[in-house]
Amino acid sequence: MTTEPTGPTGPIGPTGPKETPGSAAQPGSDAAQQGNAPLGWLREHSELGVCVLLFGLGVLVLTDAFTMSVDIAQRGPVGPRTVPFVIGGLFLLISVLLAGDVLRGGRGEAEGGEDVDLDEPADWRTVLLLTGVFLGAAVLIGPLGFPIAGALLFWGSAYALGSRHHGRDPLIAAGISLATYFVFDNLLGVPLPGGPLMGVL
Amino acid sequence: MDSLNSLIDGFGTALTPMNLLWAAIGVLLGTAIGVLPGIGPAMAVALLLPVTYGLDPTGAFIMFAGIYYGAMFGGSTTSILLNTPGESAAVVAAIEGNPMAKGGRGAQALAAAAIGHFAGGMIGTILLVVLAPTVASLAIGIGAPDYFAIMVLAFIAVTSVLGASRIRGIASLLIGLTVGLVGLDQMTGQQRLTFGSLHLADGVDVVIVAVGLFAIGEALWVAAHLRRSTGKPIPVGRPWLGRADLKRTWKPWLRGPVIGFPFGAIPAGGAEIPTFLSYVTEKRLSKHRDQFGKGAIEGVAGPEAAASASAAGTLVSMLTLGLPTTAVAAVMLAAFQQYGIQPGPLLFEREPELVWGLIASLFVGMVLLLALNLPLAPVWAKLLRIPRPYLYAGILFFAAVGAYAVGGESLDLVILLIIGLIGFGMRRYGLPVLPAVIGVILGPAAEQQLRRALQISDGSVSGLVNTPFSITVYAIVALIVAWPLIGRLIVRLRGGRKTAEGSRTVGGG
Repeated sequence: MTTEPTGPTGPIGPTGPKETPGSAAQPGSDAAQQGNAPLGWLREHSELGVCVLLFGLGVLVLTDAFTMSVDIAQRGPVGPRTVPFVIGGLFLLISVLLAGDVLRGGRGEAEGGEDVDLDEPADWRTVLLLTGVFLGAAVLIGPLGFPIAGALLFWGSAYALGSRHHGRDPLIAAGISLATYFVFDNLLGVPLPGGPLMGVL
Repeated sequence: MDSLNSLIDGFGTALTPMNLLWAAIGVLLGTAIGVLPGIGPAMAVALLLPVTYGLDPTGAFIMFAGIYYGAMFGGSTTSILLNTPGESAAVVAAIEGNPMAKGGRGAQALAAAAIGHFAGGMIGTILLVVLAPTVASLAIGIGAPDYFAIMVLAFIAVTSVLGASRIRGIASLLIGLTVGLVGLDQMTGQQRLTFGSLHLADGVDVVIVAVGLFAIGEALWVAAHLRRSTGKPIPVGRPWLGRADLKRTWKPWLRGPVIGFPFGAIPAGGAEIPTFLSYVTEKRLSKHRDQFGKGAIEGVAGPEAAASASAAGTLVSMLTLGLPTTAVAAVMLAAFQQYGIQPGPLLFEREPELVWGLIASLFVGMVLLLALNLPLAPVWAKLLRIPRPYLYAGILFFAAVGAYAVGGESLDLVILLIIGLIGFGMRRYGLPVLPAVIGVILGPAAEQQLRRALQISDGSVSGLVNTPFSITVYAIVALIVAWPLIGRLIVRLRGGRKTAEGSRTVGGG
């Protein structure tokens, strides 16, 4: 049960997290899109893509289960295929149900949050930049070691998120990365690669 | 009086210098996390899971529990001063707390919240001491079918009770269960969903899943929608309460925990519902009902006490049954799994030092929190000035540290990013994250218990329902599943024009 029917949510405003009104249709936005071309309709119903993905996952899980060789001695009446069959089947069922819900006007409510402003369109550039920076760090951590790759990750992420203090940012990044390295490597006994930098020091 | 002796032994464990240090670090981190936007206790514990590789379990859990309680404390600070709840549990605190702060009574609101948390935490933890050993001894004989029933209850509750849409909750659960399938089948060694990859044969580490969904997913989601203007916190002095305020708050402090504790202990109960219920109760009982909405101190005191008590209730189910009822408990359960410890009725017998040390540390942590929060609230509020780019860059950074520490492999970072992008998509399309995390953590264990139970019964499905315990649990499951139908029926019986509206509300619940 949700609490929103009687919830005094007014004073919190749109920033309150977990504000999840029921999945009822939003008549205003639907009507606005009606006159538009199929492209607008698709954008309005982009959640159908989620249904396709879920359906695909179901097919994947089922295919994997069907192609399992079960001649390995099976212990007990329930083998390794049973649960995947159930999960895969449920995926197909849920994807169809979700599609039905979306077509009837149901809408997955995007998650709010304190720093989240849902009124603005999504800033894909930042997300792509962050993804790139993260992948870069994943590649560099081997050859450069954790302190350098970690600092680059922090600096790059802060830059992507809009920080433009060219003096302060790299200093903070280096400080955090080095401190983390020492805490994990020396104090907690979780080994991280030092890389060439630690070879020099 | 057995539990009292055990508790005293527990204090012996909790008061060692090292464990005191972990408790202090836990409550400090927890308060900071509670104050900081965008980072909740579940994400914080997930980010700290790598310490389980280097730390003894007692110290680690003392720290995690400190974070959980501390975040409850800290969350109300932002609610009151900024009208932006730091945690979902603190949403209600904003309703009365922020008007109080705007009206120049921020110090009183902070004090009512802090003492409320202290009272709620204390009462809740005392209930934990009294109840947990009893629940554990009642549950001590439970076997595979019972465990499976509990896990089914957890799955159903987390998809049905929370969130606006059941279908989306189940979709999320299925995603989690699928990730849990990846790797070698525990009973036969059969490869599942590994696609021939040696790396995937080990399965996807639960640390990576939790960090990816909670931390990376959240950071990317916020990055896409970052609010460019942040509110300014209302400046406030040192929290204190006058005699008139005390007279109005002591009853809500005692009533809140009674509402909060049971909700913490039931699956998907959490802190949101009891804080709200406590608010409604206080509003109904208050002599100053006209002040509600404009800054009634009872509306801060009661819900905040309920929030802390619900955290203690959560620990009852987690420690005695291995049943995670909230996101934090789910991640803590993952930490238990990292140590190879199975929470459940036997935990109190097998790991008395850990369990009672943990419980005793809750009392210690509560005192530390009160000492930290009452005088230092204005200092904590300064944390709100951290530039958002640093905050979210830091989350990404520590997420990478955590995933890399799992096995020291770059590929784990790539998997982390992929799971993070899944988490991003889930936030975009309203799929709740918690069912997926519960699915990953409990899925493999549930499958194992299912197969074990059916092995004992030689394949007969009756082997799943041959104990009174499991039958009871399935009855509860059936009730939860049938609830929307029952609700619709009630509405229909009442008749009237409201039918359509009512069934939509209930169906969405």
